[in-house]
Amino acid sequence: MNNSMVSMDKHRSVGTRPERIDAKEKVTGSALFGTDIMMPGMLHGRILRSPHAHARIISINTANAESMSGVFAVVTANDLPEADDMKEKLGESTINYKFLRDNNLASDKVLYVGHAVAALAAETPDIAENALELIEVEYEILDPVLDVRESMSTELKILHEQLRTLGSTNDKSTNVAQHIHHVKGDPSLGFDEADVIIEREFITAPVHQSYLEPHAATATWGKDGNLTIYASTQGAFVTRRQVSQLLQYPMSKIKVIPTEVGGAFGGKNPTYVEVPASLLSYKTAKPVRVVMSREEVILGTGPGSGTSIKVKMGAKKSGKITAAQAELCYEAGAYPGSPVDPGSMAIFAAYDIPNGQIDGYDVLVNKPRVAAYRAPGAPQAAFACEQVIDELASSIAMDGIEFRMMNAASEGTERINGKLHKSIAIKEILGIIDDHPHYNEPIQGPYQGRGVAIGFWDNWGARSSVDINVNSDGTVNLISGSVDLTGSRTTVAMQAADVLEIPLEKVKSSMVDTDSISYADTSAGSRTTMATGKAAVEAAYDVIGKLKLEIASLWNVSIDSIRYANGVFSSNKGKDTNMTFQELAGKLSGQVTGHGNVNVEDWAGAGGGTIVDVEVDPDTGQIKILKCTVIQNAGKAIHPGQVEGQMQGGVVQGIGWALYEGYEYDKNGKVLNANLLDYKLPTALDVPNIDAVIIEKPFPSNPYGARGVGETPIISPAPAIANAVQKALGVRLHRLPMTPSRILEEIGITSE
Amino acid sequence: MKDFTYVSPSSIGEVVGLLSENEGCAALLAGGTDLLVQLRNTNSDVDVVIDVKKISQLNDISYDVDNGLSVGAAVPCSQIYQSDIILEKYPIIIDAASIIGGKAIQNRASFGGNVCNSSPSGDAIGAMMALGATCEIVGSNGVRTVPINEFFIAPGKNILMTDEILVALKVPPPKQYSGSGYIRFTPRAEMDIAVAGVGSYLEVDRKSDQILSARIALVAVAPTPVLSTSVAQMLIGNTPIENTIQMAASLAQESISPITDVRGTAAQRKHLIGVLTKRSLNLAVSRVK
Repeated sequence: MNNSMVSMDKHRSVGTRPERIDAKEKVTGSALFGTDIMMPGMLHGRILRSPHAHARIISINTANAESMSGVFAVVTANDLPEADDMKEKLGESTINYKFLRDNNLASDKVLYVGHAVAALAAETPDIAENALELIEVEYEILDPVLDVRESMSTELKILHEQLRTLGSTNDKSTNVAQHIHHVKGDPSLGFDEADVIIEREFITAPVHQSYLEPHAATATWGKDGNLTIYASTQGAFVTRRQVSQLLQYPMSKIKVIPTEVGGAFGGKNPTYVEVPASLLSYKTAKPVRVVMSREEVILGTGPGSGTSIKVKMGAKKSGKITAAQAELCYEAGAYPGSPVDPGSMAIFAAYDIPNGQIDGYDVLVNKPRVAAYRAPGAPQAAFACEQVIDELASSIAMDGIEFRMMNAASEGTERINGKLHKSIAIKEILGIIDDHPHYNEPIQGPYQGRGVAIGFWDNWGARSSVDINVNSDGTVNLISGSVDLTGSRTTVAMQAADVLEIPLEKVKSSMVDTDSISYADTSAGSRTTMATGKAAVEAAYDVIGKLKLEIASLWNVSIDSIRYANGVFSSNKGKDTNMTFQELAGKLSGQVTGHGNVNVEDWAGAGGGTIVDVEVDPDTGQIKILKCTVIQNAGKAIHPGQVEGQMQGGVVQGIGWALYEGYEYDKNGKVLNANLLDYKLPTALDVPNIDAVIIEKPFPSNPYGARGVGETPIISPAPAIANAVQKALGVRLHRLPMTPSRILEEIGITSE
Repeated sequence: MKDFTYVSPSSIGEVVGLLSENEGCAALLAGGTDLLVQLRNTNSDVDVVIDVKKISQLNDISYDVDNGLSVGAAVPCSQIYQSDIILEKYPIIIDAASIIGGKAIQNRASFGGNVCNSSPSGDAIGAMMALGATCEIVGSNGVRTVPINEFFIAPGKNILMTDEILVALKVPPPKQYSGSGYIRFTPRAEMDIAVAGVGSYLEVDRKSDQILSARIALVAVAPTPVLSTSVAQMLIGNTPIENTIQMAASLAQESISPITDVRGTAAQRKHLIGVLTKRSLNLAVSRVK
C-alpha cells in the first residue's frame, strides 16, 4: 500500500515551512545537549592521549594517578574484553570492532597524536585533568608516515603488521587496506579516440566536521547491571551496538538516550567517549561524564580524508568524452575505513562515460582514524573531476555547461562500477544553471571570475522505526528511533500529519531511547526525512487502519464501507455515518498505536550544482566569495526552509574546504592547528548570501517523492570556487585549501 | 584550570598592593579575552585574578587639546569605536579596535589588555605605536611613563614589573596636517590574527607637501611589534606620492626577517609587509587634515 505516493490533495503540511519543533528549546538555551547532563554524585572523566604519532606502548603505570585524592578509577585497554574482527556497516563507513576497540583505548600501539591511551574519573574536572599527568606511559617511538603516497610504497613504516590489502593477493605487510578496481569498456581505446586528454593530480587536506558541540557521554552502570548512556550521537542504536560489542555486554541491558546533538555531519557515528565513560562508571559505581575539549575533538576524533587523486579524461573536439580514469588515494588515518569507496562511486557519477577505469586505495597514515563527513569522499573527488571537466571544455573552446550537458548521465546510464543510474536529473540541473540570471549576468570587475561545478551523491535508505499513539483528545504522540540532527522531528511529523489528515500542531514528535522503540539505523546518508518519514507514513496508515476497525465495530458496519477523507470517517451503510478523527479518538474502546518499521532498500541519489563568483586580491592572494547560487534536486522538499538550510549549510562547509580548512602537521605528526583560531572555519563575514534553488524531480518509491538532501550541497562548492579562481587569475589550483599563501605561490609572487 | 582567588578592587592603590603581596602569582583581568584562555589552557602560576574593571580611572576615555588622548587600560574596543573624539582625531585607533577578534570579543577586549598581552601580532599595538603613544604605568615606586615602542621585550613579555599595572595609553594631540591608518592581513574576515600588519602615521608640511615626521609600525613580523626607523627616515623630506610610498614599502620589506609558522610563511609575510605598508600609507595620506 505504501509504495504508492501520497495523493497531492493530502499535502497540507508537506511543502510548507512550519516552525521547527525543537526551535524554541534551542534558541532559549533550554534544550539538553550531551554536555548539559548532570547527575547526583557524578564524576568527571578525562582521557589521556598520546603525544606521539606512532609508538609502541611498553607499559602503562596508573598507580600514582589512582592514589591521588579525588580520583576514583583509571581504565586502560586492559579493562576491555578482546574484540573479534567483525566488520559492520555503520552509516556510510565500515567498522571493524578490533580496530574500533583500539581506537577507543589503544592496546599495543598508539597510531596518532591524540590517540586515547587511558581514562580516569575524578571528583572535579580539574582533579581529573591534573591526575592525567600522573599516569606514566612508556613508549617505544616509531617513525610516523603522514603522506598518503609515501605510505602506499613504504615497507618500513607499517602501522599494522598483520594487515593485508583487501582486493589483492599480495601477502606482505602493507598500509594499503583496500584496493577498489572498476573498469568499464576499454579505457585505452577510449583515450586513443580522444582529440584532447587532460591529466592532473590533486591534493586535499584532512578536514574536520567541526560540529559546535564536542563529543559527550554520561554513563551510569546501575547495581542491577543495567547500563544507561546519555550520548551526543547520530544513532542511539548504533552507539548501543558498538558499546555492546566492545564491552561484550547484552544489548538489552544497555540503554542509550540520545541527547540533542550540536552538529555531527557524519562524525558522531563511531564511539569515542561512551566506552571509557561506561567502564569508569562500572568501576566506580557512580555516573561518569566525559566531555571532550575542542583540542581533543580535533586530535582524537575522525576528520574527513585527506586525499591524493589523479584524474585523466579524454574528449573529442565535438565535446563527447571518450574515456576517464581516476586513481583515488584516500587517507584512512590509523585504521582502515576511508570513504574511498563512495569517493570512487561519486567521482564520475554525473557523467555518461563510455570507457572508464577507477582505482581506489584505502591507505593508513599516522593521523586520526577518519570518520564520515557529509557525502564522505565525494567533495575530494569532485574537486578533481570538475576541474578536469572545466579544463577539457576550455581546451576544445566549448562552454562548460554545454560540455557537461553533452556528457551528462541520465536514468539508465551505466556507471563505471557497473551500476545503472535511477532518475538523477543532472540535465535538469545543468539547464537551470544555464538559464539562471546569476550564470548569465556580466562579471563586474578585474580579478573576478565565475565558476560552476556539479555533483552527485548516492544517499542511503536503511531501517527506521516510528510509533504513533492516539490520544483521547485527538492529538497524537509520534516517537521515532532516529536521532534528530537537522529538524527531522518536524519533517517526519509533517508527513504523518498529512496521512492522518490532522493539523501538524496535533502531532507531538519526539526522539526516544533504545528501550522505547524498535531498531533504527543512524541518522546519516541524508536518509532521515526520507526513510524515517516513510516509517511515519506507514505508522499513520496503520493508525487509520486500526481506527477504521474501531469505527466499523462502533457503527456495526463492514470495514470495507469505511472511508476516511478530510479528517472525517464515513460509511455509506448504517446511521451516524460521519465522525471526525478527534471525535473517534474520544470514543476509542482501547489503545490505538500505529507502527511503522521500514527497511528502505529502494532510494535515490541527488544531484546538485554551484555557481559562484569570486574576487581575488592579486596582492595578498585573498579570495572573496561575491555571490553564490546552489541548485539541488530534492525530489520533494518536505520542508523547503529546511532544505534551503541544508543547501546553504553544505555550501558554507564547502567554502571552508575550499578556502580555509585543513589539518597542518609537522614532520613528527604533531598537529599544528588543533584549535579553532588556526584551524580556520569560515565566519559569517566570509560567506555571502547563498541563493538556494530547489528543483523537485520526485522519486516514485518514496510516498512523497522525497530524496535525501543533506549531503549533495557540500560536493560542488570547492571545484566551483577553483574554477572561478582560474577565470579570475588564469591559474588553476590543484590543492585544498586554496589559502592566500598558496595563491601567492601559484601566481609567482612568493615561492616556498 | 587550577583554582584561583578573584578580587575586584576599586582603586589603583589596592591593585598595586595586591600585586606586591602576590608577587608573580597575580594576573590582571580587564576583558579577559586572552587571560581566561591562558588560564584554561596552561599550567599557570596564577593564584589571584585581580579584576580592574571596577576602577573608574581605567575605564575612561578623555581628551584635551594640550595633553591629547588618554585611553584607560580597561576600556573595551566597542567603547573606543563609539567615541566621537577618537573617530574625529584618531581614526587609526578605530581601524584597530574594530578588527580585534570579532564583534562579540570587542565588547570585552581592551586596548590595554592587547598591549599587556604583548603578542607580536597585537593590532592595538600597531596603531598606538604609529601614533607615538606612551604607556602610563603605576607601581609601588609610583608612576612612570614609557614610550610604547620601548614597552615590549619578547612574545608575551614586556617591561612591567610584578607590582606594576598599565593604567592608560596616552596619545599626543594630533598635529595639523597629519594622518594615520592601520591595515592588517588575515585569511578570514574576522575572528583572526594578523599574518602581518602595518600602522602608518604622517605629518606633512602644508605648503611644500613634504613629510615632516613619520612613524611606521610593523606587526607580526618580529618577536614584538616594531617601529621601522629606516622607513620613517626615508619618508621625511619626501612628498607622499606613489614613488615615495613604493620606496617606503620596499624599505619596510628589507628591514624585517620574519619567521614561518602555522599562520604564515616568511616569504608571505615579507611580501605582505610591502603591500600593507603601501596601503596603510595611502590610507594615512587620505586622512591628512
